[in-house]
Amino acid sequence: MSDESHQVPPLTTVSVEDPHLQPYAKHPGRAEAFAAATMVIGFLGFIGFGITYWISDQTQWEAATLGGGMLALGAGVIAWGKYLMAQGPFVEERHEFHSTEAERDAMTAAIVERGGMVVQRRKVLGGLFALGSTAMGVVIAFPLIRSLGPKPATSRQATNTDTSLFATNWKKNSQLVTADGRIVKVADLGVGGVLTVFPKGYEGSSPDQTILIRLAQIGPNDPPFQLESPGRTDWGVQGYVAYSKMCTHLGCPVGLYQELTQQLVCPCHQSIFNVVSGCVPEFGPAPRPLPQLPLKVDAFGNLQSQSGYQQAVGPGFWERP
Amino acid sequence: MIDSSLRWVDDRLGIAKGGRTFLDKIFPDHWSFMLGEIALYSFLVLLGTGVFLSLYYIPSAHEIVYHGSYLPLQGQKVSEAYASSVGLSFDVKSGLLMRQAHHWAADIFLGAIAVHMARVFFTGAFRKPRELNWIVGVSMLLLGIVNGFLGYSLPDDLVSGTGIRITYSIVESIPLVGSYLGFFLFGGNYPGNGIIIPRFFLLHVLIVPALIIGLLAAHLGLLVKQKHTQFKGRGKTEHNVVGSPMFPTFMAKTTGFLFMTTAVTFILAGFAQINPIWQFGQYEPFQISYAVQPDWYMGWLDGALRIMPSWEFVGWGHTIPLEVLLPAVIFPGIIFNIFFAWPFIEARHTGDLAYHNLLDRPRDRPKRTGAGAMMLMLMFMVFSASSTDVLANFFQIRLNSVLWFFRIAVPVIPVITYFLTVKICEEMAGAEGIGKRKPPNLVHRSATGEFSTVPTEARPGDGHEELEAVPVPTFIDMVPADLATGPGIRRVMR
Repeated sequence: MSDESHQVPPLTTVSVEDPHLQPYAKHPGRAEAFAAATMVIGFLGFIGFGITYWISDQTQWEAATLGGGMLALGAGVIAWGKYLMAQGPFVEERHEFHSTEAERDAMTAAIVERGGMVVQRRKVLGGLFALGSTAMGVVIAFPLIRSLGPKPATSRQATNTDTSLFATNWKKNSQLVTADGRIVKVADLGVGGVLTVFPKGYEGSSPDQTILIRLAQIGPNDPPFQLESPGRTDWGVQGYVAYSKMCTHLGCPVGLYQELTQQLVCPCHQSIFNVVSGCVPEFGPAPRPLPQLPLKVDAFGNLQSQSGYQQAVGPGFWERP
Repeated sequence: MIDSSLRWVDDRLGIAKGGRTFLDKIFPDHWSFMLGEIALYSFLVLLGTGVFLSLYYIPSAHEIVYHGSYLPLQGQKVSEAYASSVGLSFDVKSGLLMRQAHHWAADIFLGAIAVHMARVFFTGAFRKPRELNWIVGVSMLLLGIVNGFLGYSLPDDLVSGTGIRITYSIVESIPLVGSYLGFFLFGGNYPGNGIIIPRFFLLHVLIVPALIIGLLAAHLGLLVKQKHTQFKGRGKTEHNVVGSPMFPTFMAKTTGFLFMTTAVTFILAGFAQINPIWQFGQYEPFQISYAVQPDWYMGWLDGALRIMPSWEFVGWGHTIPLEVLLPAVIFPGIIFNIFFAWPFIEARHTGDLAYHNLLDRPRDRPKRTGAGAMMLMLMFMVFSASSTDVLANFFQIRLNSVLWFFRIAVPVIPVITYFLTVKICEEMAGAEGIGKRKPPNLVHRSATGEFSTVPTEARPGDGHEELEAVPVPTFIDMVPADLATGPGIRRVMR
């Protein structure tokens, strides 16, 4: 075979005077001066950053020197590229990158016929391989998924809050304490006062968070405070009521209490609950009232719960009845 | 030296031919093509600053007593994750700059992706043969949003912790498997056993970035293989690409642009405070602050959650929290499915199966442009709805009124936008030469009172002369003809 069939076409040559090789700038000298000046500023900026880092570590100066340096250097390089390099335009031909029909047919034939030959002659092996790899895929998912965490308890009577969405640690006679463990007494809050409380021993626990509100100043011998929610008239005590602080929408703490309107507002998505009527949602996306915690006062004037919550607290989920 | 090293490499890898083609690769000179570069370069900033942060951040929910230099936290019990995040802001030199640069770069990264995606959409660059690259791009957008969320959750501050709480509840809302998914992800009922921080950390610094890097390589590889699209113009056809070569022009411009993108990120990092976690405090599940908003790219989901009516479904012993499931699971699911499928939806609608290398002007495709404007408006409306409380406060309007405005505006305004955009596009398509600068006409009045209009020539110096495109030259004869024999002139050997 002669070498001539492999000969490369002669390489193109253009004169330096070709208009495509001329810079874009009308005054290349000025463009060069601009690029040089900005690159010098960039250099000085980086030196400035080095000095700033060693002597003061002041964030604004660091940003100004480093950012300013990069901005200037970048502007210089861009000016160089845009104004001083061959302006072109240059052209590149596209080539169709799809294969010919014959090549496609050959590939299809290789898969279908060669593969078909293998599978059709050894059907059992193909089936066994599919069976084995499927089994592997299934069992390998066990440790990948199942080991990640405990299974949620399905019983509504479950008591462990770590594994049940129904449970809280509030029980009969739970002592109300603050987040730092201080016992809450009946004299602690004035009218309009609010406090986040937990059952004693579970301070800071997420599902147990409860908001305690004093709606009125009522002494032990006065007639009890009447809530508007039927069947729960004795759940408040001496003007106090307590509700789960977990929003029934997405579980954010319902932390804003507007004394004037006696509403609880969730700062996340603005659900508003009417405290006097049993925290029924009046506005926003929350679907259910905040569960109420029945209260009482013990002989020492400490607040306690009459019982735990009588329904799951927090947002909705599939297993919730 | 270059010659001998190239020989050494080429003997072993045979790179000269492909390498030469790569150096000659043509990049169209249009500003809209640099939007994707912003995304690429802010991703590089993310990688660089992220490595710096990971040297100091401790992914642990373990509780310790804070003893750093930020006095208001002195002696308080905080998680190691929070303490190390505050520590790398205040006790590591340049740490605050790096942390804020990382956060700003993430916001810029997703912003650039969104604008780049809009460019590709409105000009029809996603059409055959580039549908796969569109899908790769949408996947990176999705992963970018996920990684942004994972990243801002890591400091374990009050604002991000609230975001994690909301995420848990969203997972919980999925019918049948929600509680299981939540328990598996968090290692139990919320807030779990603290495992969520190391898990998020692993996802944030390894798994998701690795996926993004893989997709990024595919994105750029497909770009080189399929070559750039270009706008219609002089010398530009379906069968060529006109512009500047990779080396040296584009390389100079893009290197400068890398510097400038990084520069803007660092200047923002130094002068515009972002995510001051020391002010928010350590996350406690029972604490919250007012006006909590996520980063901008999560705002559309938060807004959708806010405006959704409280339609919880309860029946047959089960609860389906539609007020969460619809806006936070099904809505984004539909949006991203539309994104992924758009090239195929459009091709099916138009029946257009041809190759397209020339871009459309948006006004020439009224329905597509209308659909894009509708989507942008929908996103803008749900995004704005994520600040109902701030808007109500700022304008002194009742919160209820703001909410009801958005409940009506979110479905209605995008539809109006569609019809308005289609109309504007159709009107514009009718006007000849719209948007082009034209040389002025001279109006003459003859002695008999007759008027005539004479178009003027463009004056010399009005814009640069356009050149016909030529191939990138292999060798440049450095000798101007009249100086061929002069001293000090080097002739390139070939």
